[in-house]
Amino acid sequence: MSEASAAQSPWQTAKIIRIEKRTPRVTSFFFKLSRPFVHQAGQHVDVRLTAPDGYQARRSYSIASAPESGGTIELAIERLEDGEVSPFFHEVAAVGDEIELRGPLGGHFVWSDKDGGPLLLVGGGSGVVPLMAMVRHRTARKSSVPTALVFSARIWDEVIFRDELINLDDRRNGFDLVLTLTREAARRPEDYSRRIDAQMMMQSMARLPEPPRLAFVCGSNAFVSAAAQALIDADVPADLIRTERYGV
Amino acid sequence: MVTRGFSSGRKPPTDTDARIPPGQYLEQGFPVLSAGPTPRVRTEDWSFTLKHGPRPIKKWNWAEFNALPLSRMTRDIHCVTAWTKFDTAWQGVLIDDILADAGIEAPTAFTLAHSFDGYATNVPAKDLVAGKAMVALLYEGKPITPDHGGPARLLVPHLYFWKSAKWLNGLQFTERDEPGFWELRGYHIYGDPWREQRYTGDP
Repeated sequence: MSEASAAQSPWQTAKIIRIEKRTPRVTSFFFKLSRPFVHQAGQHVDVRLTAPDGYQARRSYSIASAPESGGTIELAIERLEDGEVSPFFHEVAAVGDEIELRGPLGGHFVWSDKDGGPLLLVGGGSGVVPLMAMVRHRTARKSSVPTALVFSARIWDEVIFRDELINLDDRRNGFDLVLTLTREAARRPEDYSRRIDAQMMMQSMARLPEPPRLAFVCGSNAFVSAAAQALIDADVPADLIRTERYGV
Repeated sequence: MVTRGFSSGRKPPTDTDARIPPGQYLEQGFPVLSAGPTPRVRTEDWSFTLKHGPRPIKKWNWAEFNALPLSRMTRDIHCVTAWTKFDTAWQGVLIDDILADAGIEAPTAFTLAHSFDGYATNVPAKDLVAGKAMVALLYEGKPITPDHGGPARLLVPHLYFWKSAKWLNGLQFTERDEPGFWELRGYHIYGDPWREQRYTGDP
């Protein structure tokens, strides 16, 4: 397993160089780092906002871009109605703004092509973000590690990175995308229209040439609990499953 | 550095502000974080082992452990992911009472807390004794749910909450300060929220 280096990750300023709306509730912000780092796919950064009176708010955001993205990182930020930092990004932040962040952080929910596979990725909503970094890393490395991504979203239009994922799926190079929509009918023959369950996990794993050696699950707490249990019910050993949970 | 366009609209009132460590925000819910799936530990399979290095000192089953003196701790807790929750109410067995039942005082200056899922976290012995920490069995008067670390979790509320290991099954005194699971993966060796010791190398 990869472990984070003992090196300090100091605060740095990063300039927003591009903003791209991904779905009605998720927007990607691309940052140029003043102190470039190379992260591991799955790691996050801490972002810190400072008010004129010194008050600070900080949140962690997973990096969506591949480690190979060279000095810029993409954060795909979901707007939380009750939030403090995400509404700032969605309503105020503009290209050219400088934001303080530190990273890369986290040494458990990470994958490198050297870790091998087969790899099973299970994401719910914005929980797909760190998994996307893994998929993009696999692509950038031209890795042949068999990989299946099971991605649960409420509706088709809330499938973050949808076009990019479907394009990768269409290459048929060992990456398989399975979408499941919880509030709409499935659009593609391989997709589902229900919450994740053990049967869906078994059918998705059957797309891999052999059982997964690593499984990463990310999403809300309720999603991760249900998806991790579905994997266990589908006979995936618990010690192969790594989880990351967002929010309450 | 002041962030353009960011205002302190959510800044808590001064009386609560003093209870919120730097970089934290007040959370009403109780978020769940863990590295893997939630283990379902049945109380009939539960045990707690006190060790000095590799040597077991004493082992309790669920009934024996529940027969130890029960204490209350109501404390603010601080998660490294930046939420703080006020006045969480726990009941459990103080580490002091566990050591007393085993008939020992802390034999070394360091410990590793161990969990059923293989997780471990290091806590200095001085941070566990003198009423500072317990093995919690109840949260708000009810058995702790599996998501929150039940049947039993460590509670060391003055350190970041990853130190309060879930699904606890043992405490091991060690000769040296040995980093645990998260401490090997980029998180601070001690984790004092008031000094904002989140990540490896933070002062």
